[in-house]
Amino acid sequence: MNIGNLPFIVAALLVVLGLYTFLFKRNLIKLVIGITLIETGVNLFLVTLGYRTGGISPIYTFAPEAQQMVLPTPQALTLTSIVIGLATTALLLSFAVFVHRHYGTLDVRKVKELKG
Amino acid sequence: MTALTLHAPILLVALPLLGAFATPLVGKLGKGARNTLIGLIVLAVAGLAAMLAIDVFGSGGIPTVYELGGGTFTFPLSGGQVPVRILFEVDGMSAFMGLITALIALTGAFFSFSYWKERSGGNLYFSLFLMLIAGVFGMVLTGDMFNFFVFLEITSIAAASMVGFRVWLKQSQEAGFKVMAMYTLSGLFVLLAIGLLYGQYGHLNIAVLARSIQGSLTDMVALGLLLTGLAMKAGAVPMHMWAPDAYGESPAPMSAVLVVNSQASLYGLFRILFTLFGASISTGTVGWILIVLALLTIFVGVTMALIQSDLKRLVAFGAVSQIGYMLLGVGVGMAVIATRPEYGLVAMQGGIFHMINDAACVGLLFFASGVVIRAAGTRDLNQMGGLGHRMKWTSIFFAIGAVALAGVPPFNGFASKFLIYEAAFKLNPFLAVLAVLSSIMLLAVFVKAFQAAFLGPRSNTSAHVSDPSLGMMLPMAALVLVVIVFGLFPGFFVDHIVTPAAKALWLGRDAYINAVLGG
Amino acid sequence: MNNNSMSVIVRTVTRFMYGLIILFGFYVIMHGHLTPGGGFQGGAVVASAFALLLVAFGSAGLKGQLNLHWLQSIEEFGALAFLGLAFLGIGTAFFYNLFANSGGFLFGASVPTGSNAGVLTAGGLVPLMNWAVGLKVMTGIAAVVIVMLVGSHKEETE
Repeated sequence: MNIGNLPFIVAALLVVLGLYTFLFKRNLIKLVIGITLIETGVNLFLVTLGYRTGGISPIYTFAPEAQQMVLPTPQALTLTSIVIGLATTALLLSFAVFVHRHYGTLDVRKVKELKG
Repeated sequence: MTALTLHAPILLVALPLLGAFATPLVGKLGKGARNTLIGLIVLAVAGLAAMLAIDVFGSGGIPTVYELGGGTFTFPLSGGQVPVRILFEVDGMSAFMGLITALIALTGAFFSFSYWKERSGGNLYFSLFLMLIAGVFGMVLTGDMFNFFVFLEITSIAAASMVGFRVWLKQSQEAGFKVMAMYTLSGLFVLLAIGLLYGQYGHLNIAVLARSIQGSLTDMVALGLLLTGLAMKAGAVPMHMWAPDAYGESPAPMSAVLVVNSQASLYGLFRILFTLFGASISTGTVGWILIVLALLTIFVGVTMALIQSDLKRLVAFGAVSQIGYMLLGVGVGMAVIATRPEYGLVAMQGGIFHMINDAACVGLLFFASGVVIRAAGTRDLNQMGGLGHRMKWTSIFFAIGAVALAGVPPFNGFASKFLIYEAAFKLNPFLAVLAVLSSIMLLAVFVKAFQAAFLGPRSNTSAHVSDPSLGMMLPMAALVLVVIVFGLFPGFFVDHIVTPAAKALWLGRDAYINAVLGG
Repeated sequence: MNNNSMSVIVRTVTRFMYGLIILFGFYVIMHGHLTPGGGFQGGAVVASAFALLLVAFGSAGLKGQLNLHWLQSIEEFGALAFLGLAFLGIGTAFFYNLFANSGGFLFGASVPTGSNAGVLTAGGLVPLMNWAVGLKVMTGIAAVVIVMLVGSHKEETE
């Protein structure tokens, strides 16, 4: 089945949604969600790059003979990016926890000791 | 070439990384064992960086290529082969950045031994410190776009953890969140651009991409994303809001390493503009974009420093403004690269020389301000005063760092800024005037800060202070030595370490590609 | 029974499932060089079992069973093992796969080209690195989840 450009459109949509969330939402947790959305969009874009119509996964264990395989490199890139995303999200959420502990709020308009 | 020099590029990354993971385990044996391990690692790293630099500078402009997992290829390749492995590629510019990183790693680690002695969480602190160093080395030595992104993220995570390290401080947590959010965003921009490039050309190696890049619309989108992402990570002005918070709220020795981290992002930007896109962009336009970014950064950085009353934040804004001078020098070099007049190389030399000078001066200022803030028990300049009576050496060190950063002869900041002024004047006199004026304003800022902190009558806060222990004095003295020696003999250093780096960027695009792919 | 554990259905299913989840995680790590998955994925699966236990029984229910210091030590060990394995091949180059196709006992079997049923003893250093990464990831994620849960729980009771 040919899925054409659909994944690219979804990826672009996710990135745009994420950027919107990041720029216009006021809650720290929602900012983290925005960043995660952008990340998901970029990951989807990467993994789609390597897709070949009708391709099988690039593993020889019990592979059908003479089949086209999808590209393995973008999958490796996506996996690396997911691992990094796990670390960044965990760190961002930990900071959110500590900000809440110190300021008693997650509203970016009230977390403003550093400016100027 | 000895085996050690051959493996130096990977050892520079692997040793600090090994140290980062070993530190918490060795730390269980006690602080002495831990500090010995870290001291040995940073000494080894400094030695390796120096060896690598001597080797690369002595090779006449031919980059060193190192293949991870080796044994498959011999470089340069021939007959249309392409490398599928991750490569490290070290040219003059990479080796030069390695020297800067090694300098700050060495002084920062030894300064931290004393600075963090009485604090808890030392194992974690040094673990993150070494991880950040490993990431910065990876960024400047790698020859692979995706690998660059991975190291960029390693530095992001380690740097943001360091900014928010002191969890008991309110502002530090706010800064940590802000820094991590901006770093992640910049990293994702870079990753998206890498995806766009990979989708078109099917390669991630910088040399292969540089040869095959066409300059299509997609390439320009990728360039825009890379420019935005890396300028954001370097703290250039429209995207600078995280930088003063990060430098200001992290522990003092880490601020110096964070500045080097920003410089590594600048290096990435330069590498991408000169090597990757060098043949397919309108260099005049991009050069002027860099110049505009530079002027904004210089101007906003200095003006914001002017109104600070918090010592650390004042130095932080000073550090932000200095990123602008590097951008200015390299931007002028980029703008005229097509015609290649004499002063283009001078501008590149100035911008690149200013990197190591800035690392030394800003490092010194952050160390000194850390000492001052700890001694005075406050960061507010209005509550300090008279500290110079009992902290003679610290005040002298701070003064030297400040005037050097402001570009007063005979210190090193003057040497590099003079090259930038000279070249910028030839391109457009207005640029030089603005750069000189900003330097004078920066001097005024530091005079004000120095007067507020160190001069004045002895007060209650300054009665019990004293110069710090030798463990903190020696790293500061080492940086002062760098500042003075670079300032007294600029010709020697420009000829031997700056010019090879500048030429590698300005003229070395073909050499960089040919070292991997053959002529 | 403390009050932040979940209902009896969740707890019963968890008791039944968590062993299987851990087993599946180990399977994914072990066959990382043959099938989809590997150290990170398997480690994440194992860590999800720890997370399930935490959610079902509450942070107090696990006290003393998962020691944070031990988790961190194992994590450091995994990272060091990975780097050590990478250093093994430094005679040729960093990350050089010393054991691949050596015929030796440790994953030294050679792999046939093309479609095959998978050779468990092939891969050289790759399966060992998968185990190192797997150890690091399972303990690392488990530590993160525990720290976050305990941290936010403390906040509620303060």
